[in-house]
Amino acid sequence: MRFRRKKTAVFGLAGAAAFVIVALFAPLLAPYGTMDLGTSFQPPGGEHLLGTDSLGSDVLSNMIYGTRTSLIVGLCAVVTSNIIGLTIGSLAGYFGGRTDNVLMRITEMFQILPQFFLAIIVVALFGSSIWNIVFVIGILTWPVTARLLRAEFLSLRKREFVDAARALGMSDFDLIVREILPNALPPIIVNASLQISGAILLEASLSFLGLGDPDAMSWGVMLHNAQEYFNRAWWMAAFPGMALFVTTLALNLTGDGLNDALNPRLRT
Amino acid sequence: MTLYLLQRLLYLVPLLLGAVTIVFVLVHMAPGNPVDYIIGESGADKEMIARLTADMGLDRPLYIQLLRYLGQVATGNLGYSFVSNMPVLELILDRLPATLLLMASQLVFSISLGVGLGVLSARRPNSLLDNSITVFSLASFAVPVFWLGQLLILGFGYYLDWLPIQGMVDLRAGYTGFDLVLDVARHMVLPVLTLTLYNLALILRLTRGSMLEVVGQEYVKVARAKGLSENTVMIKHALRNALLPVVTVVGLEFRALIAGAVLTETVFAWPGLGRLTFDAIHARDYPLLMGMFIFISVLVAVGNLVTDLLYALLDPRIRYR
Repeated sequence: MRFRRKKTAVFGLAGAAAFVIVALFAPLLAPYGTMDLGTSFQPPGGEHLLGTDSLGSDVLSNMIYGTRTSLIVGLCAVVTSNIIGLTIGSLAGYFGGRTDNVLMRITEMFQILPQFFLAIIVVALFGSSIWNIVFVIGILTWPVTARLLRAEFLSLRKREFVDAARALGMSDFDLIVREILPNALPPIIVNASLQISGAILLEASLSFLGLGDPDAMSWGVMLHNAQEYFNRAWWMAAFPGMALFVTTLALNLTGDGLNDALNPRLRT
Repeated sequence: MTLYLLQRLLYLVPLLLGAVTIVFVLVHMAPGNPVDYIIGESGADKEMIARLTADMGLDRPLYIQLLRYLGQVATGNLGYSFVSNMPVLELILDRLPATLLLMASQLVFSISLGVGLGVLSARRPNSLLDNSITVFSLASFAVPVFWLGQLLILGFGYYLDWLPIQGMVDLRAGYTGFDLVLDVARHMVLPVLTLTLYNLALILRLTRGSMLEVVGQEYVKVARAKGLSENTVMIKHALRNALLPVVTVVGLEFRALIAGAVLTETVFAWPGLGRLTFDAIHARDYPLLMGMFIFISVLVAVGNLVTDLLYALLDPRIRYR
């Protein structure tokens, strides 16, 4: 069982690494630029390996450039989300009492709000730039991090090493950041790795609904454009979606693998 | 039980106040002001802008505006659509049945299939069935729901040409009575299949996991020792308790279910809330989008409430006074 899980984790890690490499070296790997327009609706094969879209641009090249959007959104949104989640979770867990009560009620509210619709409104009101999308995903997805971290803090703050550090005169800030936080990180890291794929899917969903950044090529935007041309260009939908699917799968498997490696409760 | 219900209902109040306030603050932070949105590209003279501003109370202090807005929402007034000038609530209620039809059908399928397959795979862990189910769930957790819909359209709609791929009825055929029901059913197959495939895995994994946990417990051993048949033990004793976490998670995922339905409706041009959202995005119909958010918040809150009540009904250990 462990061995099979390791194999899937290795597959996941390889996929995730390939995704990052493609994103970093996109201009070198893409056979065409996103603005090189040729004949529309060319089927896969020949000069255009995965065909061309309604404007005549190369589907493969667009997909390669699309990895950049996904990577940027995935990483930046998760960093934003974790900055908020770590702050709220550690304050609530460390101080407990009223602070905890107030912060957790806010957290619960964010967990029940229909985040997808809120994201739609924010992007529709403030404009469809990548950074608005990153910001909104960050603002909406922190509650899980906050709750995980709070739980860790609640169990760690009573430990002897914390008491010892406090007896040495450490400030609350130093106790949180230098003593407790490093010990509370493993579940946060696992969660963050799974959040990346969630953020990528959310960006794709928003772009699919027509809220994508018009200046950045993205898989969601490609799927949005494909929607009109099912009858004549199946490749416009099939390939970008496949990229999205494989990337998400790889990231999820990596997350599961990390969970196995970092979660002491699963160790046998 | 009544008191518990009342408590839970009261709990919804701050949540909904929060939702309305968030929308209000967002709209006021956004570039431009509501008057610009109404006048749009057409342009207007200063006098008209001043009159509209006064009409909408935009010259009053912010907290008065917020209170006014809260009061409006509380009486069911979600504003008027920029595009059609119809009351937002009316537009939403008009589309709601189509969405509920999709969601209810897919829930029936994903719950019955998910629980059934979950029980089967828990009976023999690591069997061929169990392993195939694991692979299926991994795929299902990673697939974007709208792309799944697009693939089904390409396969069953264009390639095989078996099923209709757009809308809810064939408008040209003008069916009535039973033929109409059949026609709607045919149009439902692909969107319901998409959503079922998408949501099935979650329910299946949960059922499997909690069945495996429950089966090892004492009361199940006792039931077996009494000589009850394996089916009675599994269904009457184990499953009832194993379903509790399933109910909880389905309740928690209610908002994700709605998001999935919205995306799927967009792919299949299904005339429900999803299509309404899509059109509102394209027309930048802000009052409609805001109203939709508030309405969905209420829907999710009610969904959570129903989950809690179901939980109380299912769990013999919980009795609320």
